[in-house]
Amino acid sequence: MNMAQRVLMKGNEALAQAAIDAGCRCFFGYPITPQTELAAYMAKQMPKVGGVYLQAESEIAAINMVQGAAAAGVRAMTSSSSPGISLKTEGISYMCGSDLPALIVNVQRGGPGLGGIQPSQADYWQATKAPGHGDLHILVFTPSSVQEMVDLVGKAFDLADKYRMPAMILADGLLGQMMEPVEIGGKEVPVPAAKPWAACGHRNQREHNIVNSLYLTASELEDLVKKRFERYREIEAKEPLCEAYLVDDADIVVAAYGAAARIAKAAVRTARERGIRAGLLRPVTVWPFPKKDFQAAARHASRFLCVEMNMGQMVDDVRLAVECSKPVGFFGTTGGVIPTPAQVLEQIENLSGGAR
Amino acid sequence: MITIVCGHYGSGKTNFALNLALRRRAGGGEMTLVDLDIVNPYFRSSDYARFLEEKGVRLIAPGTAGTTLDAPALTPGIGAAIGGGGDVIIDAGGDDAGAAALGRFAGEICARGYEMLYVVNRFRIQTAAPADAAALLGEIEAASGLKATAIVNNSHLSGLTAPADILDGLAYAKAVAGLTGLPLFASTVPAALAGAPELAGYDLFPVEILVKLPWN
Repeated sequence: MNMAQRVLMKGNEALAQAAIDAGCRCFFGYPITPQTELAAYMAKQMPKVGGVYLQAESEIAAINMVQGAAAAGVRAMTSSSSPGISLKTEGISYMCGSDLPALIVNVQRGGPGLGGIQPSQADYWQATKAPGHGDLHILVFTPSSVQEMVDLVGKAFDLADKYRMPAMILADGLLGQMMEPVEIGGKEVPVPAAKPWAACGHRNQREHNIVNSLYLTASELEDLVKKRFERYREIEAKEPLCEAYLVDDADIVVAAYGAAARIAKAAVRTARERGIRAGLLRPVTVWPFPKKDFQAAARHASRFLCVEMNMGQMVDDVRLAVECSKPVGFFGTTGGVIPTPAQVLEQIENLSGGAR
Repeated sequence: MITIVCGHYGSGKTNFALNLALRRRAGGGEMTLVDLDIVNPYFRSSDYARFLEEKGVRLIAPGTAGTTLDAPALTPGIGAAIGGGGDVIIDAGGDDAGAAALGRFAGEICARGYEMLYVVNRFRIQTAAPADAAALLGEIEAASGLKATAIVNNSHLSGLTAPADILDGLAYAKAVAGLTGLPLFASTVPAALAGAPELAGYDLFPVEILVKLPWN
C-alpha cells in the first residue's frame, strides 16, 4: 500500500496516477495536445508497477488494443483529445456491442475537424448521444477539479466493470492542463470484480468464452440490445451524480459541468452577494443525466441558464429533464474561448431583471 | 546577464520567471523575457504580454504562442536578444523536452555567460524525492547543453499552501542542493504568506501569484 500524499498535480497526471491506483495495468494511447501529459506519465510510471504502456501507431489501433485487453478481463484504458476520440468511436461501439468494460478519457479541445488546441466542451453530444454507431450508451463522468478527476477514475472503472460497458471521463484542456493540490493514493490497489466471461484461456477447464458483437439473426440481436437497455434503465435510475450549490431556494438555476462549472460557480457566488437568488446544478455524470435534480429545482426556480464551452449542447438535456416546464436559456463560448465569471454574472443579472 | 529558468513542468517556472523579471525591471535597466516554451500551449509567459508591457518588460515569444497553433517554431528575435547587451530572462519549457530548444542557443549563451536556475517544487509528484529532482536536472542539462548554476525552491501547494509547507520545502531544497552540488538561489513564498510569524527570520523570496485560473 502506498501512503496518501498531498501533492500538486496537473489534471492529466492525476487521471493517470488515479488509474494506476485503481488497478489499471494496460494503457494504450497516442499523443495529442492537450492530453499528452497523461500518456507521458503512463510511459514513465506503468513500467514501475509492472504494467503495460504502449504508444500505438494510431488512435484506432489504441482503442482496439483496449478492446483486446478488456476482452481478456484486464483493466484497460486509453486517452485522447477530441479528434482522436472521433477515431476511437468504432472501437467504442464494438466494445458496447461486446459488453466490455474500459476507461476512455477525452481531454476536449476545440473542433470540429482538427479545430484548435485550447479547451472546449464541444464533444458533449458525441459523448452522451453517439459515442459510436448503434443503439448504445457509455457512462460519462464530468469532473470539475483535479481532485474530482482522481476520485472519479476509480468509480468509472468500478461501474464499467459492474455494468460491463465502457466509461468515459469527459474533461477539457483547462482541467487537463491546470494544477491543483490533491490527496492521492493511500488505498490498497483494488482487486477488480471476477470476470467469468473473460476470454483469457479456458485451459480445458470450461467452455470457450466468446467476445463478439456480430449477430446476423435480427431477432437475436434485438433481444440482446433490449436486454442491454434494461441495464441502461437501471443505470439511469441508480447512478446519476450531481452537485447542487445554493439551489434549495434558488430562483435562477445555472447548469454547467467541468471547467465551465468552476466559472459559473464564481458567478453564482457574486450574484448571491448582490442579492440574486442564484444556484448551480453541476452534473457529475452527463450520461446518466441527473434528471431528478433538475426536476426538483424546476419546482421552485423561475428559469434555468445553461453555461457551456460550446454552442449549446447540454442545454437540450436540461430542457428535456425539466420537460420545458421552465424557460432554459443558454450562454456559451466556443473554439477554445473560455467564458469569464463576469460574462456569466451579466447573464444571471439580465435574467433577474438587470444589474442591481 | 542571461538568466535561464528551467525545471520540471508544473514546478512554477513561469510564475517565478515573471516575478523575477518584474523585480529586476523595478531595479532599473532593460529587461527582456523570452518565452522559450515550445512544448506546452497553456499557462505560459506569453499569456501575460500586455501585463508585461505595462510594467516595461519586453516579451519575446514564438509567433505561434497564444494562437492555438501547435507549431514548435522559434522566432529570430530570441537570437538577437541573447546576442544583445540587455538583461534577458529565458522561461524554458518543462523537463528535458522543453529544455531541448535551449540547445539551439547554447553556444551564444555560453559565449555571453549565464546563470541557469533550476526550479523545484517538493509537492510535484514526479520530483517529490530529491533524487528524482536531481536526476531530472541531469536530463535537462544533457538536452540543453547548459549547466545549472543554482536551485530555486518553489515548493507550494497552490491555494492550500501553509507556512509548514514552506518550511517542509526548505528541507527538501537543501537535499536537492546537496545532491546536485548547487547553491540555493532563492526560496519562494506566496506574497500573501510572507508575513506569517512561523516564517520570521527566514530569507524568503516573496512571489505574487500571477499565473491564474479563469475563475480566480
